[in-house]
Amino acid sequence: MSRPAHGPLVADLVAALDPDRVHTAAGDLWLYRHDASNLTGRATAVCFPTSTAEVRACVRAAVRHDTPFVARGSGTGLAGGAVPPEGAVVIATSKMTAVRSVDPVNRTAWVEPGVLNLDLTRHVTAQGLHFAPDPSSQQTCSIGGNVANNSGGPHCLADGVTSAHVLAIEVVLPDGTVTELGGEEPEPRGLDLRGAFVGSEGMFGVATAVCVKLTQNPPDVATMLLDFDDVADGAQLVSDIIAAGIVPAAVEMMDQLCVRAVEAYIEANLPVDAAAVLLIEVVGLPAGVAADVAAIRHLAAARRVGAIRVAADDDERALLWKGRKSAFGAIARIKPNYYLHDTVVPRHRLPEVLEEVYRIVERHDLLVLNVFHAGDGNLHPLLVYDARDDGVAERVQAAGEEIVRVSVAAGGVLSGEHGIGREKRELMPLMFSDIDLAAQAALRDAFDPRRLANPDKVLPTAASCGDVQAIPDGAWV
Amino acid sequence: MSSADNDFAAEVAPSGPVTVTGTATRGGPVADVRIVRPPYGIRATQAAEMTVTCGAGTPVDELCSELEAHGQTVVLPRSGTVGGALAVGHSDIDRLRYGPVRDALLQARYVGASGDLVTIGGPTVKNVSGFDMCRLFVGSVGTLGFLSEVTLRTRPLPRISRWWRGDGEPHELLAQLYRPAAVLWDGAVTWVRLDGAADDLDAQAARFDLVSVDEPPLIPSAGRSSHPPAELVAATRDLEHQFIAEIGVGVVHHAEPVVDQRPVDDAVVELHRRIKQRFDPDGRLNPGRSPLS
Repeated sequence: MSRPAHGPLVADLVAALDPDRVHTAAGDLWLYRHDASNLTGRATAVCFPTSTAEVRACVRAAVRHDTPFVARGSGTGLAGGAVPPEGAVVIATSKMTAVRSVDPVNRTAWVEPGVLNLDLTRHVTAQGLHFAPDPSSQQTCSIGGNVANNSGGPHCLADGVTSAHVLAIEVVLPDGTVTELGGEEPEPRGLDLRGAFVGSEGMFGVATAVCVKLTQNPPDVATMLLDFDDVADGAQLVSDIIAAGIVPAAVEMMDQLCVRAVEAYIEANLPVDAAAVLLIEVVGLPAGVAADVAAIRHLAAARRVGAIRVAADDDERALLWKGRKSAFGAIARIKPNYYLHDTVVPRHRLPEVLEEVYRIVERHDLLVLNVFHAGDGNLHPLLVYDARDDGVAERVQAAGEEIVRVSVAAGGVLSGEHGIGREKRELMPLMFSDIDLAAQAALRDAFDPRRLANPDKVLPTAASCGDVQAIPDGAWV
Repeated sequence: MSSADNDFAAEVAPSGPVTVTGTATRGGPVADVRIVRPPYGIRATQAAEMTVTCGAGTPVDELCSELEAHGQTVVLPRSGTVGGALAVGHSDIDRLRYGPVRDALLQARYVGASGDLVTIGGPTVKNVSGFDMCRLFVGSVGTLGFLSEVTLRTRPLPRISRWWRGDGEPHELLAQLYRPAAVLWDGAVTWVRLDGAADDLDAQAARFDLVSVDEPPLIPSAGRSSHPPAELVAATRDLEHQFIAEIGVGVVHHAEPVVDQRPVDDAVVELHRRIKQRFDPDGRLNPGRSPLS
């Protein structure tokens, strides 16, 4: 009987870890062939290390057998970043969930990569602190995944995305050495390798512990829901607010189709006849919050705002946010399938790009719900469809690619928070020339000369990147 | 991109040692090496985007004056040029609230060792398209490429900004105050900068017995050191010279020169070697300089 080709590799992994924590059964590998995107790959083994030493052992075993490896947090990524390259070793960090230490005065914590985003915030709530990045998946996504994707969230408008909240990272580099990038100190010696590592989508090594910065909970919060008869008025108000020198903690927009779906789902008395609503939250000390609320009311009046609802208490605030965060659940009432996009445009281009998105979607005979981080100009058009309809997948893909192209042409970028992964790697030439991409490839090769760390992500496949290549089947663009 | 960027690239040219300088406030160019100067001038100020684009040779003071006319400011320390501030990467004393310089660079065009103009990052405040090359360049002291054009994140000026003094334990103030812009400490006295609405500032100051002062303390500039913020008290306990410590951040400003004796892990040194080798294989950019020295 012939041995499977991966025999010696799996034997090394089993020798390094408890055999119960090296999964190779077909059913297990099937589960780990994808993340939250539509893309799939194939793993040779899925490992569940419990320590830095075990992660290092996994990396070293993979390297010894010249096999690619990919770290995986909770698998909530939407761009295929955690989809295993062909035959890869998957290093799942879901058993590394310790909060190693918290310093409540200097507001830092050392956590393992498998700690869930919301669990970290819950862990420090009693000390009046939270972890600022709050992706919509925060109940299930992990800190390690946040680091890999440089994740954002509604409340990153004022405080920045993950990189601004990571001080140091203990990593296993792609050659199997363990080191620390960055540091608890403010000015570590040398290049900002911490900064380079955050957002590198698993291609510069595996994070085994992360020193995060924690943020004070605000003493006062005002959450406002503003409705508009015209989407463009709401979009314009976003620019007006920022130009007036107000940076709310969050500015989220939902259009009519989205509001109606959410209202049918949670019954929060939302304005279902409005063309769009803005959910705006300002935080801080009481006088500053009151002044911001007054200024926003004034600016909104000039943009023909309809009703302005200010949450009267924490319960109402929670309800309004529930409306925003349950948009993805609510759409199941409209169509069974959806494809979520993620691009950024300059705020002042929001009105025209939104109009263009509606035109593109109409041209392809699709439905779109817009629910997005308007304050950052971070669009999230949600194309809803029924996969059983003939030819719909092609239409969804074509519309998606047009939306990306329109965003970049408006002075925007390919991704605001989901990352490039496998989904958008072939679109990188829309933003970067061959020379630009060669510089990024040079950085990757410095971290991973053998190209074994999640090698089929971010950078386009073609050696010459002058043309946009074919998008992989199942990609969400 | 403007033609000034192409001119700058042509000046750097593809061979021979070359060094870059702004106004020489942070050490100046490498001695006895051909000097180039990056483009000067503000190219676009967009308050509604909270961004500004300028040539790397633009003085920080000039940039801040322009931004103030738009109600905005930027985290760079107020001396020398924008390119110099980014190349060195030292943050200003209000890092506690407004974050480090490394978070400010959104997009850049730099001239690489081959003389090519290379674009890194993206023009919007939020962007995860590709690797975060901008953070790699902040603090790289011109050893990977020379910045030509940069787009920076700006932020609105606070309603008001005032300094206060207190005799309380500095970490007590750090724990209790809501997002102070700075908490400085000289071993005995604590200075606090609060930004925001006047009523909020007065209420905070009254609660913690802070006394309003006109000016921050004089920040000594002979030496600078960096410590985990939890170790600041221990790190300054035996100092015999005057110092100002940034509480909650970990930077100490010294009245005497200090030597950086922090060890660097071999793996980190090796990563530096590999990055330099790939970005500047002939070692022509700012020869002799290293981010590690």
